[in-house]
Amino acid sequence: MLVLDGVDKTYPNGVHALQSFSARINLGEIVAVIGGSGCGKSTLLRAIAGLDRATAGTVALDGESVTAPHPKIGIIFQEARLLPWLSVADNIGFGLDGLPRSERHSRVAVALARVGLADKAKAWPRELSGGQAQRVAIARALVPQPEVILLDEPFSALDAFTRTDLQDHLLDLWADTRPTLILVTHDVEEAVALADRVLVMRPRPGRLFEEIRTDLPRPRDRSSASFEDVKRAVLHSLDLSLQRHRHQDDDLLNAGAGI
Amino acid sequence: MAMTLDNAAPVTTVVAPAPRRARLWRGPVLGLLLPLMVAFGWETAVYLGYSTGRLVPPPSRVFATLAELARTGELARHVAATLGRVAAGFGLGVLSGTLLGAVAGYWSLARRLLDPTVQALRAIPSIAWVPLFILWLGIFETSKVALIAIGVFFPVYLGMMGAIRSVDRKIVEVGRAFRLSGPAMIRRILLPAVLPAYVLALRVGLGLGWMFVVAAEFMGASEGLGFLLIDGQQLGKPAQIVAAIVIFSLLGKTTDWLIEIATAPLLRWQDAFGRHDGEI
Ligand SMILES: Nc1ncnc2c1ncn2[C@@H]1O[C@H](COP(=O)(O)OP(=O)(O)OP(=O)(O)O)[C@@H](O)[C@H]1O
Ligand SMILES: [Mg+2]
Repeated sequence: MLVLDGVDKTYPNGVHALQSFSARINLGEIVAVIGGSGCGKSTLLRAIAGLDRATAGTVALDGESVTAPHPKIGIIFQEARLLPWLSVADNIGFGLDGLPRSERHSRVAVALARVGLADKAKAWPRELSGGQAQRVAIARALVPQPEVILLDEPFSALDAFTRTDLQDHLLDLWADTRPTLILVTHDVEEAVALADRVLVMRPRPGRLFEEIRTDLPRPRDRSSASFEDVKRAVLHSLDLSLQRHRHQDDDLLNAGAGI
Repeated sequence: MAMTLDNAAPVTTVVAPAPRRARLWRGPVLGLLLPLMVAFGWETAVYLGYSTGRLVPPPSRVFATLAELARTGELARHVAATLGRVAAGFGLGVLSGTLLGAVAGYWSLARRLLDPTVQALRAIPSIAWVPLFILWLGIFETSKVALIAIGVFFPVYLGMMGAIRSVDRKIVEVGRAFRLSGPAMIRRILLPAVLPAYVLALRVGLGLGWMFVVAAEFMGASEGLGFLLIDGQQLGKPAQIVAAIVIFSLLGKTTDWLIEIATAPLLRWQDAFGRHDGEI
């Protein structure tokens, strides 16, 4: 289980990006984090990944505190971030350095087939399309078999069709070993299609606004009425999270005008 | 300079889309056409007596001079002397440029300490060091090697520092996410990322090395290709001068090509782009 307890982040320039964020996320759960731009979603993810230190609070995986990149936590960025000097196969095997050669080869081969790029094993990253590159990045994060995978808007740079395709692909892969997925997204449909829980955040400072359980059976039918209902609920909450913020601003303005 | 002209040659092979095989042989052949025609034309002009070819020797006379130099073993001696100087100067320049460039690229404190001085020194035309080097190091090998090393140092230093500074931080973060140790980060991320720019810097440095060996050998040498040039001027032997120039261009091109060949396997991941560029 991943436990976030009062995670707080103030950047050196004084921006209070994240305020006392707490959540408990079970192994195998898929959690989507959604919210307006600049509300601290990436900050939260980077704190969990151990890439940036939280200023206060703790992140703990199975009771063990996480302050630096952790072997059981993998991350997939918005851009594929493949190493251009390694072949597709070597990129996928990048995190398997400690393993014997044959084991590494077989795991990479399985992953390549799993993401449908078996014929691209020897290709260079620059020869891939955006969607193919992101599939390689997904495979690279999955092959070390982490318990938690963090995804920061992994599909936002792709066209709508490729995005849906990769979402299904991700679910397929997730079903193999059932790691915990924490998915930051701007796309309400993506959140509802994938997640068991949607965490809605509100900005300035970033914090948890509302938690919405999707409770939809898998595989999910995106055109069903219940899917639409959950989507509407998330949209509504998202609206509120931004509106209440706006009212607050107005109050401040009024207060300022009164002085 | 002959090197840059040679490099430019493939660009003249721009032709309409043609079958691959045709393009392969047409490239070099088209590039050679002009120099061969000029050489042949001059040879004919001298042969037919339109000119004595005394100041501008025809190709046959240049080849005869080369053959004579080769026969007496003079050629090998001069080539060996020049190659030795370039090798030593290049080695020293690359070593110091790589080390200081890496340090200045990696640690910003070192860069702020070191870089202003290096940049100030770079502003001095390198030939201006010659009198001082002769005073300090004598007129023999040491001062020559030092001058070549200076010429090689700056492009290598700048190339290395710039390459390290411009490594994509997002890629470095991938290394961090996979918990690479310091040495592993250098070996698996920094070195491969820096390599293309570094190889380019080496090739620029080598070009300058060849330029500076001529200057070094002008300042008094009893052997070397630069000596052949001066000797040819003082004794009025233009064929010997042209012969030395031909050898210079051959050596320059060959050593540059050796670097290219040696590093090609390491840069395969990006070379298709360059090849494509040349074909369009
Ligand atoms: N390295 C940094 N230094 C200073 N401030 C930062 C830094 N990174 C982010 N911020 C600030 O922290 C706040 C939250 O940023 P963050 O990137 O976490 O938002 P986000 O929710 O991921 O936004 P988006 O949806 O646009 O990606 C923003 O106000 C941003 O300007
Ligand atoms: Mg973000």
